[in-house]
Amino acid sequence: MRVELTVNGQNKAADVEPRTLLVHLLREDFGMTGTNVGCDTSSCGACTVLLDGESVKSCTVLAAQADGRSVTTIEGLASADGTLHPLQRAFQENHALQCGYCTPGMVMVSMSILAENDTLDEATVREGLEGNLCRCTGYHNIVKAVLAAKEEMGAEL
Amino acid sequence: MYPSSFEYARAATVAEAITMLSSDEDAKVLAGGHSLIPLMKLRLASPSMLVDIGRISDLSYVRKDGDQIAIGALTRHRDLETSELLAREVPVLSRVAGQIGDPSVRHAGTIGGSTAHGDGAADLPAALLALGATMVVQGPSGNRTVPAAEFFKGFLETALAPDEILTEIRVPTGFSKFGFQKFNRRAQDWAIVGVVAVRSDRTNVSFINMGPTPLRASAVEERLAAGASVEEAASVADEGTSPSADINASVDYRRHLARVLVQRALSELG
Ligand code: FES
Ligand code: FES
Repeated sequence: MRVELTVNGQNKAADVEPRTLLVHLLREDFGMTGTNVGCDTSSCGACTVLLDGESVKSCTVLAAQADGRSVTTIEGLASADGTLHPLQRAFQENHALQCGYCTPGMVMVSMSILAENDTLDEATVREGLEGNLCRCTGYHNIVKAVLAAKEEMGAEL
Repeated sequence: MYPSSFEYARAATVAEAITMLSSDEDAKVLAGGHSLIPLMKLRLASPSMLVDIGRISDLSYVRKDGDQIAIGALTRHRDLETSELLAREVPVLSRVAGQIGDPSVRHAGTIGGSTAHGDGAADLPAALLALGATMVVQGPSGNRTVPAAEFFKGFLETALAPDEILTEIRVPTGFSKFGFQKFNRRAQDWAIVGVVAVRSDRTNVSFINMGPTPLRASAVEERLAAGASVEEAASVADEGTSPSADINASVDYRRHLARVLVQRALSELG
């Protein structure tokens, strides 16, 4: 079947089998390997992307379900000249990653947390990160990074 | 992991979806996909066709209708969690929905999908059972309604015929007090055991994961109605349940949890 969608603001299309998962469409058909697969069972959040602006686990969404909709991946955050998004910068400045495997998912779910909350406190961030596992950092610096990004961005998102 | 191959069809209306379902008895309805897709990836389900109802826009709503709240089957957990109307009229459902899985799961999963999946370990079916909800079901010959008490038939088995679709869930207002206990080891996990208690002029109690279907805690309800104390009622909580053992808990441990969690949930009612 044919799927047509917007990925990071660009029109994309592919012919896929109906059983193709969104994460495989992104990685294999579009060559966008920023989105990772960790558990493959909707537990770890490594595959998190935004679908119409809201975080979802792309290992548990069919490409067909994203047809006609808008997807944002980690590749879509920095501007064309390579300037990092404030949230990416906050991850860097707060040392919110070590191996980096969980990081694309952590950043994308944090985009949703920032968008859904006019004000943020630590508890809200921790609850927002419930579906994303990190085996390296112990989470503290990730929480700090999200709070720092909110501080910097204010109500901009 | 990939699901095995299937045909995909997207329905624009409920009537069209029913026609598609009638054409293939191995077809399954796809809503948010967060119960079905994991099962298909594990090859525990291999439907020949998926009928995607996810774009039927008029199935997503929470509205007041007399002394009931009508909830469209495609209303997502996130929408339940953030609905002011629901928080005011059926607060237990906002709370329960807000603790399903994690935020990304709640952006996709729907109340109709979870209910039609009928998992005894899921939170919303047990809450709907405690509330005495009514399921509105549409099939080739029109609409019918099924009380929650008759909807959950067996392990992942409901009263829905293969060519029927759950379109709406109606819940009574008036259960202003509730207790909700979900015992798990990590925030996003399924309940090892869970208890939903709601109170209006009577107290209804139901279990998550104490049997193949969601269960009413009848022994507790009867004791309470006869004037027993919370402690007395909770002490018989596991009567009539049939929990199974798994990696998280033995049968005896689940029975123990049931008694403890019923006591806690009833105490929350005040
Ligand atoms: S890979 Fe999708 S949640 Fe882990
Ligand atoms: S940085 Fe290694 S898993 Fe999170």
